[in-house]
Amino acid sequence: MTSTVAPPGGRPAGAASGRSWTGALRDAAMRALPPEKLLPEEQPSYVASWVYVFGVLTLAAFVVILVSGVVLVWRGPSWWHQSKAGLFFNSIHLWSVELFFFFMVLHLWGKFFMAAWRGNRRLTWITGVVSFLVSIGCAFTGYLSQQNFDSQWISTQAKDGLNSVGVGAFFNVLNFGQMLLWHVLLLPVGIAALVGLHLLMVRHRGVVRPLPDRTMRRARAGAAADGPGR
Amino acid sequence: MQTLTEASRQPDSAEWDGPKIRYDLAKEFVIALVVVALLAIVLAVVFSSPDERPVTIRQWSQATPGDFLATSATELDGSSGVAGYGPPYNNTKGAGQKIFFLYPQQWVGVHLPVDTAQDFVLGPLQVDAKNDPTLQGELATYNAASSDQQAHWTSAYEKGLDKVTFSGSSVVLPAGDYGPVAPMLGSLLTMARTGSLDAVLLSSPQFYGTDYTKPLLFIADGSYLADKAQAQHLAGDQWGMMNETGNFPGQAWLWLYTMWYQISPFSSSGNADALVWSIMMLLSLGLVLLPFIPGLRDIPRAVPVYRLIWRDHYRRLAEERPTTTR
Repeated sequence: MTSTVAPPGGRPAGAASGRSWTGALRDAAMRALPPEKLLPEEQPSYVASWVYVFGVLTLAAFVVILVSGVVLVWRGPSWWHQSKAGLFFNSIHLWSVELFFFFMVLHLWGKFFMAAWRGNRRLTWITGVVSFLVSIGCAFTGYLSQQNFDSQWISTQAKDGLNSVGVGAFFNVLNFGQMLLWHVLLLPVGIAALVGLHLLMVRHRGVVRPLPDRTMRRARAGAAADGPGR
Repeated sequence: MQTLTEASRQPDSAEWDGPKIRYDLAKEFVIALVVVALLAIVLAVVFSSPDERPVTIRQWSQATPGDFLATSATELDGSSGVAGYGPPYNNTKGAGQKIFFLYPQQWVGVHLPVDTAQDFVLGPLQVDAKNDPTLQGELATYNAASSDQQAHWTSAYEKGLDKVTFSGSSVVLPAGDYGPVAPMLGSLLTMARTGSLDAVLLSSPQFYGTDYTKPLLFIADGSYLADKAQAQHLAGDQWGMMNETGNFPGQAWLWLYTMWYQISPFSSSGNADALVWSIMMLLSLGLVLLPFIPGLRDIPRAVPVYRLIWRDHYRRLAEERPTTTR
């Protein structure tokens, strides 16, 4: 155990010789994301467009996926085939996934046309795109875990692509147990971690500012060339 | 605090010090969550979700016994799709796809070994033969024969299947030198029809089992599964990845991946999977690294969608400028 005794009202003994890792971590976190930056009550005036809604809608759909998924996990993989309640929660799970991808793709296109990677925001873009790719994998394993005709057909078709690049030997889409565990544990944890990092990056760097408007610049340049007596 | 014009002139990496608006992130998230949850519930109530029962070997053998027997014969003589697949299932020479001069399928080797004759035909028949001395004798005859003799029997049997008829539970073949192959595969068909072949192929040495590799490979080697999928527009050349059983939406986000399979040369290439996967991996990497790729990262500046997104901002900026530049 690593511990030091703090004198009354002072820093821990040994603090003079160097910072504790915990203190350094806390200070770094506070510098990167002070509370007012983590949960601000104001945004730059340009954050006034419907395009900003798609990110939060994606996050909301992810929460609905997780909640409906937890209900399905709670009762086990066969439940939804045997009960109306199970089918209902499976349906919520399916449609929230469809909504998730719909909103996520709109969010992605929106951020592309905003060139949202500007101003040291490349990692925000990268975590967002990787989240999208991992989400595709998670949805795919969901289809494989359904235990129905769909799963049979999709797995027997998908194996060829994965085998052709050498992945199928280790990620066997015909192995229901392996696919189910990837679907309910590894991939959701991966997505949650990536989305969490993505959100922290957004809060850390702030929302990207508008691109310089070329039309306005051209108009100003044209006005200057015409002279004041126009 | 800076004016809108002053703040807009700062570099992209600078913290915004211009005008701000009240923005309640927590409230926005809660409203979004309620809206999405309600939307998902309404869609679930109205459309539900598809759940077509899985295909069993019993169902396959009862519906199309000729296809079942033909598939079993190819598994026995090693001419089936899986028998000649190559890694990760077996070491068939020259099998496996390549990406130009790269052979990743070959490099990984056999990790999920499948011996189609033993796993799909002889092994299950040995289980059945424990209580059937006649079948025991037929298996012994087959196993004792030379590989040329075995090939002669299976070849004759596959030709005979072209004229096979079924009378009740009996398989009626034209006269031919089938050796023990005809009664063996007749027994396999009986096992399949009663459901015991499903049980044998699904059984696991450690009682609990979750790996369906072998039964799925066997079923997929036949035509029954593919015909059912074709009828539901799920085949690869029908944009199948984007479809679902019934009229439900499938994985629409895979539109680009499935598109390659519809066009030449991928639609007819023996290496289509490897090539399409390579393209998609490259494109995905390109999307991830887009901020670093000159030309591509400049597209948003050339396409005026951003003017639509930030139209209020540009309008306010235009209104402010005459006063600030005076």
